[in-house]
Amino acid sequence: MPTDILMPALSPTMEEGTLAKWHVREGQSVQTGDVIAEIETDKATMEVEAIEDGVIQSILVPEGTEHVAVNQPIAVLLLEDDEAPAEGAPAVAPQPTVSEPAAAAPPQAPAAQAPSPGLGETEPEVETAPAGPQSRTVRAAPEPEVPAGTEMVDMTVREALRDAMAEEMRREAMSSWARRSPNTRAPTRSRKGCWRSSAAAAHRYADHGVWFAGIGVGAAFAGLRPVVEFMTWNFAMQAIDHIVNSAAKTLYMSGGQMHCPIVFRGPNGAAARVAAQHSQDFSSVYAQVPGLKVIAPYSAADAKGLLKAAIRENSPVVFLENEILYGQSFPVPKLDNFVLPIGKARIARAGKDVTLVSYSRGLAYAIDAAERLAAQGIDAEIIDLRTLRPLDMETVLTSVRKTNRIVTVEEGWPVCSVGTEICAQVTAQAFDYLDAPPLKITGADVPMPYAANLEKLALPSVELVVSAAKSVCYRENAA
Amino acid sequence: MDQKPSEPREMPAPPPEPTLNPDDYLAAYRNMLLIRRFEEKAGQLYGMGFIGGFCHLYIGQEAVVTGMMMAKREGDQVITSYRDHGHMLATGMDPKGVMAELTGRQSGYSKGKGGSMHMFSVEKGFYGGHGIVGTPAPLGSGIAFANKYRGNDNVCLTFFGEGAANQGQVYESFNMASLWKLPVLYIIENNHYAMGTAVERATAHAEELYHRGLAFGIPGRQVDGMDVAAVKAAGEEALAHVRSGEGPMILEVLTYRYRGHSMSDPAKYRTREEVQDMRQHHDPIELVHKRLSALGRDEEELKAVDKEIRAVVNEAAQFAQDEPEPEPGELWTDVVAAKD
Repeated sequence: MPTDILMPALSPTMEEGTLAKWHVREGQSVQTGDVIAEIETDKATMEVEAIEDGVIQSILVPEGTEHVAVNQPIAVLLLEDDEAPAEGAPAVAPQPTVSEPAAAAPPQAPAAQAPSPGLGETEPEVETAPAGPQSRTVRAAPEPEVPAGTEMVDMTVREALRDAMAEEMRREAMSSWARRSPNTRAPTRSRKGCWRSSAAAAHRYADHGVWFAGIGVGAAFAGLRPVVEFMTWNFAMQAIDHIVNSAAKTLYMSGGQMHCPIVFRGPNGAAARVAAQHSQDFSSVYAQVPGLKVIAPYSAADAKGLLKAAIRENSPVVFLENEILYGQSFPVPKLDNFVLPIGKARIARAGKDVTLVSYSRGLAYAIDAAERLAAQGIDAEIIDLRTLRPLDMETVLTSVRKTNRIVTVEEGWPVCSVGTEICAQVTAQAFDYLDAPPLKITGADVPMPYAANLEKLALPSVELVVSAAKSVCYRENAA
Repeated sequence: MDQKPSEPREMPAPPPEPTLNPDDYLAAYRNMLLIRRFEEKAGQLYGMGFIGGFCHLYIGQEAVVTGMMMAKREGDQVITSYRDHGHMLATGMDPKGVMAELTGRQSGYSKGKGGSMHMFSVEKGFYGGHGIVGTPAPLGSGIAFANKYRGNDNVCLTFFGEGAANQGQVYESFNMASLWKLPVLYIIENNHYAMGTAVERATAHAEELYHRGLAFGIPGRQVDGMDVAAVKAAGEEALAHVRSGEGPMILEVLTYRYRGHSMSDPAKYRTREEVQDMRQHHDPIELVHKRLSALGRDEEELKAVDKEIRAVVNEAAQFAQDEPEPEPGELWTDVVAAKD
């Protein structure tokens, strides 16, 4: 029975790839596990293995072919034991065979990889969750802190975070790593950080760049400035005691004697299809804790400028990144010393009719919603909080006093959320200015489901934001 | 100071040369093949976009759970972390229900809401399916506590990886389980790589993980996890020790995964030759195949087993593609428990 070998999806985001090389020829026998081809994606070159025994009957896509769509037949395999199905066996329609990415990829670098090592263009070395669109450059409003005429460079959030860490580590006076002995390990054996955002740092500073939470806090007590990277904030639940009890409270408990200058960073919030224990937003959990500073940037520029500020900060900082934003590009100012203020929101879009307040990936919904609202004659102002503790309520209140309407947008759960706090403060401090009750758009009040349709329903959407904005403007929502 | 830990009390005698009778070998062959073919199909469905998110395949490690399930008794419980499809199948969960959960469908074991990492079967005594490594150690100890509290003689088989074996909660569990002599068997599945980190790079004294319980008075043993007969023999011995009321035991099972940690793992932390060597010279299913042949089993009979298993797996895959997604209303169900 001949069966099609299909172009496999080698990552959750792959839609097409280049068939770089065939390792088999027509007529050749293959066994399960044999490498049959090499396929290049935008991220990496992966070997493809046969998953059934048989003979390659024909090759349908010659090597070197670009833009081969996922699930397109690339070869025909004649299965080894091609006999009629045994009697009584369940009748099952023959299924096309999708080949498997091989367990071990070739050592050569992908063709598309950027020249310097570990620049975040390849797949992370360890577990990677599906990410969103990778290439779209988002043109947000310029940073108020950037002087006019500054050259802007497009870079991904991942690259911005890596640059921020590398730059800060180079600042000799501030860096604990720089005073430590240099890396004596072979670079190929050094850990590159979970998401390659800390790749360069780990290359240069070996084991000193990545810490365990409690060990990091102790080192910070003793005057070092550790950066603790969590592969995701989901796993920080195992370390939250040290973030809350050991790091946040020590300055107070010691009567001001002992500082804890430490940064806890990593991706927070929902990725895609990774279910309840790997998809959750801890923003409001940490934003509640006195003694912490909590940062949740959206753009690459904010990620860079605020991570540099976090490393220089004398209080413990919880730095909440977002996995889906890692691959997204934004213009970043080319400045030698680009440090943004902690605790200052940014007007991402100026408008007069309604204030949309958000942070992190919530901005993506707000920005798209504002475009749709503009088409319907509603001019939305978008505030990117950037820092969740301390909250820049002054910027929010100034905007609400102008627009008289507010909708908050976040992916986290609704109860005691960041939006809840904003709405409460706006109600208390700008009640007379409000023309409509404040509204919150949040994730659903359930653990994140795995099923594709339910996951979509559990997250905010542009439609929901548009609908809420129209509602506070007393504009009719089409059914 | 003596650097070597002293031998623990009650260390059982080493097991005799492990072997199985022909029927057990055939049963092991069938069960391991089911896991292998199921996981291959899951990888295939992932490539076709039917499965999303994380998908951690068990290929290469089949002898571990298969041998342990042959050693356990009816009523014993099983808990593990997220490389869990093999454990589900080995406890007798329906391949159709497991595959339908992988595709996020209503007929899946968790109604499509759990996915690859989170499936459970109260009926089969399978307690999950946990996404955070290390958590099975205290959870399994708690299930064992309930066994002791109720006065039954069931044991909780608690699986975790060698990476998780460095977690604090594992040692807190060892302490209480030993103190209270809980009927829990800790099984460290040492596949040598914690995601992309080789065991010796992140683990102190990595060659003797089975000694990690010595300070708590918990005996341990290291087992060849590529040989299902060795796993079964060690499992039986360990379970007898635990069931006798002597307290917990640790089995360190040396195994190897052929595939990446999850689906999108370009595997730059090990060589292709290393993987090929394990496949060609240490494959757990091939070993059983050879022993069955040596015992005079007909090759045609073994081929028929493979064919039968493929049909079961194909049927599960078809089911998992045909079943509907959960109803939208399922988003809001099962959040809080109903009153009695």
